[in-house]
Amino acid sequence: MLDRLWPDRRIPLAWLLLTRQPGRLLVALAGISFAGILMFLQLGFRDGLFDASVTLHKRFATDLVLLSPRTMSSIAMASFPRRRLVQVMADPAVEGTTPVHWNFLLWRNPQTRTTRSILAVGFEPGDPLFTDPGLAERTRVLSQRGRVLFDALSRPEFGPIAAWYKQGRVIDTEVAGKRVRVAGLVELGPSFGADGNLLTSSETFLELLPDLPAGSIELGLIRLRPGADPAAVAERLRAQLPDDVAIYTKDGFVEFEKNYWRSSTAIGFIFTLGAAMGFVVGSVIVYQILHSDVSDHLPEYATLMAMGYPLPQLLGVVAREGLLLALLGYLPAWLAGQGFYVLIRNGTKLPVAMDGQRALLVFAMILSMCLGSALMAMRKLGDADPAEIF
Amino acid sequence: MPTRPRSSEANITVPHRPTQPPAPHSAAANRNAPAAVAPTVVVEGLSHWYGSGANRRQVLDQVNLTIHPGEVVLLTGPSGCGKTTLLTLVGALRGVMEGSVRLFDQELHGADRRVRQQLRCGIGMIFQGHNLLRCLTAEQNVQMGADLLPGYGYRARRDQARQWLRSVGLADQLHKLPHDLSGGQKQRVAIARALAARPRLLLADEPTAALDSRTGREVVELLRGLARDQGCSVLMVTHDPRILDLADRLVQMEDGRLSEGLFSDRALSGSVG
Repeated sequence: MLDRLWPDRRIPLAWLLLTRQPGRLLVALAGISFAGILMFLQLGFRDGLFDASVTLHKRFATDLVLLSPRTMSSIAMASFPRRRLVQVMADPAVEGTTPVHWNFLLWRNPQTRTTRSILAVGFEPGDPLFTDPGLAERTRVLSQRGRVLFDALSRPEFGPIAAWYKQGRVIDTEVAGKRVRVAGLVELGPSFGADGNLLTSSETFLELLPDLPAGSIELGLIRLRPGADPAAVAERLRAQLPDDVAIYTKDGFVEFEKNYWRSSTAIGFIFTLGAAMGFVVGSVIVYQILHSDVSDHLPEYATLMAMGYPLPQLLGVVAREGLLLALLGYLPAWLAGQGFYVLIRNGTKLPVAMDGQRALLVFAMILSMCLGSALMAMRKLGDADPAEIF
Repeated sequence: MPTRPRSSEANITVPHRPTQPPAPHSAAANRNAPAAVAPTVVVEGLSHWYGSGANRRQVLDQVNLTIHPGEVVLLTGPSGCGKTTLLTLVGALRGVMEGSVRLFDQELHGADRRVRQQLRCGIGMIFQGHNLLRCLTAEQNVQMGADLLPGYGYRARRDQARQWLRSVGLADQLHKLPHDLSGGQKQRVAIARALAARPRLLLADEPTAALDSRTGREVVELLRGLARDQGCSVLMVTHDPRILDLADRLVQMEDGRLSEGLFSDRALSGSVG
């Protein structure tokens, strides 16, 4: 039965060559897995850090975003006239807008009295800001002047605000030299640029920064009616609005921020280099294993050639060894990668997960590592001279 | 390549002993084939050197040799006289320098790697060392030979491998690794492997060296049976006087030259006694 389906079935020489030396196979697989884990870790850190730069961006309840064209990233937001957001309302597809103030202000740690830069986001308390529905309820307290909501996930350097608040203490402190009171907690999470966040009303925000030009905002959120195509509306608005605003879809906004960190910092380079090192280390190990495997079996390969086996068929054996090593080495790397991602998530709060694209990328790298090494080891096979074995 | 005669499955297992005394040296050609059948091997004026320049040393000097289908030729001579070199040249393992080697009616002088590789499929080789694949069981080793045959399913090739192992007396050692076999058993596996590819020419370099006298003789008888059944010729280098009587023809080599000898009485009496 199997005979008819697979008439060319042969002795699985590559498999037997590998498995009859379990010690060596184990070393090879450990090396390949190690390289794979290294690549998973480095790429995971890299992508995790990029994702961490947009923790806030992803939460905005918006379809389109208006920014100043001078804005480079969330740590350097330029302002643009608020009028533009009003103009946008003229478009039939637009359901509503939210003007947002965005700036870094100095927060005084109420415990140690030291100051630290915190990201302050100001908006009209009634306006929808984040997708999280529970948040709208809590923002109502901001309609009172001088009140802020503190991000409970902010780094501890800002003071034990969350703990104090939960104990029922009244927390008064200084932001940008003005007195504010913490009126509640939200959970947003620190991002790459901001160690902590606070939410406040536009009114309070302008009080904290009295020198702001009137009628200017840093961020405009635009919500569309159901069924509207964000890309098409963005295209239409771009044609209507003057050049002092840039318009992005929500995904474009997220990508814009990530791209800043990717291109303007060394993060991408460092971690990509780390992954490349894993690749190199793995290649060296696999090459060592395959090369010594071919060397050890050189008389046997020569015997096969003397028997009439063509060289390409023997090269195929080495290539299959490489393929098997890649498959067998990838599996433990993938499993260990999953485990490490859980550890990283718990330890660093970085949003690191095994996504399909990265799993595929690492597999492709392991595969090319093994096949490339097999290709190099094949040159050794040319040394097999069947005339020398008599 | 011309089609080679293929024996039926049953014939593999029955390497029957010749009942009549060894035929005279040219009998194989005359026995059941018309004179028109081309000889398996024709060597004419073959010379070979090793090294270059001042170190150049001649190992073969104007060697002539013809082997007919089904003929068993034993090559003897002192060590270092060029027997193995002749074997590698006839076996298409080495390029021909001067002279002519015609193998299965194809000229080897000037043949490229690919032609030589294809010709080697028709040659079974038994080495001084067993040269088995260490990672394969006895059965798998033999099947590496059978795998060279086109047109058979995996199971059929495995069954052939088993039958060959049975016929060399290793039916109960199928799944042992070479590591676990004795020297003689390993050599018998190697012989089975060479036979499994159903060669038209068998080259053997002292195949009985590792076998005791009884099995050694049995193995050579087996090879001889194969020659009968398939028209496969045998060229065997040997020092073993006990098997000389099994040859159709004896050839002696000394200092790179061949002297075609008939059966000497000494050889015959030595083996019978």
